[in-house]
Amino acid sequence: MTASFNRPRIARLFGVHAAPSTVQRVLLGALPFLLLLIVYVLASQARLAENPDDRLLPGFAQMWDAIWPMLSEPDARTGHYSFWNDTQASLLRLAIGVGSAFLLAMWLGLNTGSFAGMTALVNPFVTFISMIPPLALLPILFISLGVDELGKVALIFIGTFPLMTRDVHLATRALPPEQLTKTLTLGGGELAFVYRIALPQVLPRAIDTLRLSLGAAWLFLIAAEAIASTEGLGYRIFLVRRYLAMDVIIPYVAWITCIGFLFDYLLRRLRRWCFPWYQGDNAP
Amino acid sequence: MMSTQSKLHIEDVYKRYGSRLVLDNIDLTVAAGELCTLVGPSGCGKSTLLRLVLGQEFADHGQVLIDGATVQHPDSQRGIVYQKYSLFPHLTVLDNVRLGLRLDRQHWWLPWRHDKSADDEALAMLEQLRLTDARHKYPHELSGGMQQRVAIAQALVTKPPILLMDEPFGALDPDTREQMQIYLMELHEKQQLTIFFVTHDLEEACYIGTRLLVLSQYYTDDRGDAPEIGRGAKIVADYDLEVHALPTTVKGSQAYRDFVGQLRDNGFNPGIRKHVREFNLQHPHSFRTLTMQEDGQHGVGLLNSP
Repeated sequence: MTASFNRPRIARLFGVHAAPSTVQRVLLGALPFLLLLIVYVLASQARLAENPDDRLLPGFAQMWDAIWPMLSEPDARTGHYSFWNDTQASLLRLAIGVGSAFLLAMWLGLNTGSFAGMTALVNPFVTFISMIPPLALLPILFISLGVDELGKVALIFIGTFPLMTRDVHLATRALPPEQLTKTLTLGGGELAFVYRIALPQVLPRAIDTLRLSLGAAWLFLIAAEAIASTEGLGYRIFLVRRYLAMDVIIPYVAWITCIGFLFDYLLRRLRRWCFPWYQGDNAP
Repeated sequence: MMSTQSKLHIEDVYKRYGSRLVLDNIDLTVAAGELCTLVGPSGCGKSTLLRLVLGQEFADHGQVLIDGATVQHPDSQRGIVYQKYSLFPHLTVLDNVRLGLRLDRQHWWLPWRHDKSADDEALAMLEQLRLTDARHKYPHELSGGMQQRVAIAQALVTKPPILLMDEPFGALDPDTREQMQIYLMELHEKQQLTIFFVTHDLEEACYIGTRLLVLSQYYTDDRGDAPEIGRGAKIVADYDLEVHALPTTVKGSQAYRDFVGQLRDNGFNPGIRKHVREFNLQHPHSFRTLTMQEDGQHGVGLLNSP
């Protein structure tokens, strides 16, 4: 006789003690995406049924027809594959802008976090800069640096570096002061502490900040490209906007979103892979 | 094994924070090979004294000497083990231990050299502290006791003349704590280390020390004045426990517990702040103490030899 005992019912999906399985997790995660897709398809079909030439909510076939030539055929005027060319131009600007902001933020933040004199010298200014709405600087940057690459990169840089600097500063300050004493008693100097002890401990946190800053960086990139550019994802979106070409705009926006999502994922993997000791974030 | 034996000498040290006197005329010498424990109630200035010894802060008067040289700033003349944060979380056990052999004041930017002899030294240290199996783990993967063992290995690998310990076992559970205490005593015996061990736990201080210093703000002064709040702390008692010759079992004996009990009954329990205390200790070992008597008639303020 097998005893039938009452197993306590633990919530499988929701509730504070819930433990969804991997499959359940993936399905739950996919649900909102699926909902969005269904809503769009239904709305699009309803509009197209009323007017087959409707441009506002194009069907997937229309989008494919509009995008495929940009993917596969060189542009008649420039000789480039527009889609890939736009992607490349935008990513390059983004990489240079965010990359230089990240490097400067690391260097400044580590120094202000470690040395009180540097804090006094740099922090008020960085705080001041961070209060400027970067988009308000856009005309100034374009007038002074020109409408070429430098102006756009500078906008991304100015838009992202104050926040990263302040965060690296805080992360460095948060290191226990015992670590400095330990470093010194183990025969190291102050610079050994900054670059050998503080830097590797601050890096994983800085990568998280970088992930958060990428959203802002995209905003500034698209804004700069919309105003003055000859190529780039933002440029294309605002170019075809004039023709109400939603069949190009929507795939472009989706593409930008996918790139952003991918970067976020890759940076998270990189952080996990390079800093297995990091305890700052246990979320998947 | 350790040939770099040395001692700590604190001479006539006063320290104020603003108008508040924290340390009042501290005079003490830690001889080579001693495991000197400093006990005192929390807030009495133990940490301040330790910061002076490390060179993080400076005395308003008097001086701190290590190996006969004045302390300038924290350097490799002192090893330090804290209650926590002694280990670097981003380094494995092995890297934590060999850090002291790799750090270089001048050439900090160079990549770590592959130094076979340094690696062997670090591995030998790990072997000695029975940590070899854990060498590729990160600190957060270790138990509290293991972490403190790694911290001791890390501090000892550079062979500092004196090892400072700031309540190193304060965060451990009682069993682990006892293990670590025995372990430290054995290490001290075997390697003839000089250790300055700061704690607020009287029992621990008596148990592991070869010498016991008591730091307190509560004592009667030369004129027999009752102590006031905000007076600077003095070394009020200095016991030569002479136990480095005794096996650890003796430390667990009834006689020892009696001694601790006596100290406690006489108001040395740092948890109980008696304003005026009378000491009348009977102890098999020699000890010196700053006599404190309620009537203040006796010459006080001096260290009386037994």
